[in-house]
Amino acid sequence: MSSITHPNPYASWETRGFWEGAGRDQLVLQKCNTCGLIQHRPRGVCAHCLDSSSLVHFVASGRGSIYSYTVTEQNQAKGFAEACPYTMAYVTLDEGPRLLTVIVDCEPDAVEIGMSVVADFVSQERDDDERFAIPVFRLA
Amino acid sequence: MSTADFPNSAAIAGVYEHPSRFSPDKTEFQIMAECAKGALDDAGLTRDDVDGLFGASMSMGMMGIVDLAEYLDVRPDYLDGTNIGGSSFVSHVTHAAAAIHAGLCSTALVLYGSTAASNAMAIGTGGTDGSKNPDSAFSAPYGMTTVGSYAMYANLHMSKYGTSSEQLAEIAVTMRRHAGLNPLAKMRTPITVDDVLESRLISRPLHLLDCCIISDGGGAVVVTSLERAKDLRTKPVHLLGCGEAVQHQGVGDSDLLTIAAKQSGQTAMEMAGIKHSDVDLAMVYDSFTITVLATLENLGFCEPGEGGEFVSNGGIGLGGPLPVNPDGGGLSSNHPGMRGIFLVIEAAKQLRGECGDRQVAGAEIAIAHGTGGTIGDKHSGATLVLGADR
Repeated sequence: MSSITHPNPYASWETRGFWEGAGRDQLVLQKCNTCGLIQHRPRGVCAHCLDSSSLVHFVASGRGSIYSYTVTEQNQAKGFAEACPYTMAYVTLDEGPRLLTVIVDCEPDAVEIGMSVVADFVSQERDDDERFAIPVFRLA
Repeated sequence: MSTADFPNSAAIAGVYEHPSRFSPDKTEFQIMAECAKGALDDAGLTRDDVDGLFGASMSMGMMGIVDLAEYLDVRPDYLDGTNIGGSSFVSHVTHAAAAIHAGLCSTALVLYGSTAASNAMAIGTGGTDGSKNPDSAFSAPYGMTTVGSYAMYANLHMSKYGTSSEQLAEIAVTMRRHAGLNPLAKMRTPITVDDVLESRLISRPLHLLDCCIISDGGGAVVVTSLERAKDLRTKPVHLLGCGEAVQHQGVGDSDLLTIAAKQSGQTAMEMAGIKHSDVDLAMVYDSFTITVLATLENLGFCEPGEGGEFVSNGGIGLGGPLPVNPDGGGLSSNHPGMRGIFLVIEAAKQLRGECGDRQVAGAEIAIAHGTGGTIGDKHSGATLVLGADR
């Protein structure tokens, strides 16, 4: 088992705040200052107001708990095939939204639903000037 | 909530399931064309009668329905290439009924064809390329797979309700038993709960035998007005109710255990004016064993958390209280990438009493529910309530 080689994420102008934030070791979420909605995934508008005028990025705590998970034993995709088994999970962030991630630095059998986790950031080698990283989580 | 009354005016007049499970010598469109002939023959109609064309497939892209019309050399008055995943064809029947009711067409042909097996597609365990795809930008970097998402649903259900791998295995065992009664089914050798549990893990807690097979195949359904269907070659199957729904991550806050079937099923059953106890059989999309359990709970055949018990001890087997997928389903009969059309075909055949050894005795009401996309992530749901001609 080797570690995952994460594919480079696609970052549009509306999602790059998340990936750039990760490049600074920060978990960045969006909040609408009109209605108070905190949303993930990021969008160019508040999904409820359908308006961008008071949508801001903020740095979240990077803390959350495991909503559910699976130990992936088979995935033919490049970067993952050689990393099996790896633990993929939904994490509910303390700020509310849930995101998909992987749980690193632990035995697959050690993971349980409800466990507290903290964000970590895996920087990527890129052939352009972007400084993105992939937020992953480890047991708190 | 829909208040449509059109279903009572539409009927399924012909169906056809392609007998092949492996067709390396055929194309998707060829399979669709062969199915079109089969379903039109079943209805006693011809290509010239078709004025509504519906279809989707794994490889039809933008304008795919136009390509299909050219392949068949038809010039229908109504086109619908809606693709909401494997449930598309269940949805097409609803759309066709609405178009017929509105007078936009009179005879609709719904088509599916696939060479998923001979193309060696890794449907459940292939990742997506996230590098240029906004849709998978937040899943591809984490190695999301189709089976992985269903596995997370299963783990959540197990954690919340104590559902067991043995209970999920019962679903696979029942589907295989049914497939043994279906001469066309791909996998007919009986299996046990232990066989499922001892098959290799794909994405914990789901084993190889918790996953549907991959086959080639296709099917066709002819929808027309009930009035016209009564004069055709085959007994009409009445469309009593229909519903569609979607479930997704929302803004990262949705309850993943609630799937689209809850909304579409309620819509369809209220429209049909039926109770759960009126349903004689259920055709349920079974991409994985957990899909069946999730769907039965969300359709309301049992309470949330009771699915494990419901599917055990023959509960969804032929002769049990609610036979599910007498054809053997996607777990054992066929799963050519998208399976929705077979839910409609088998339901119609059962209601016509043509299913031989796997016939549900006296079947009068069937429910067909298709799931498209991925439970545990985002997916569509389409439900039909169908009735026998009496």
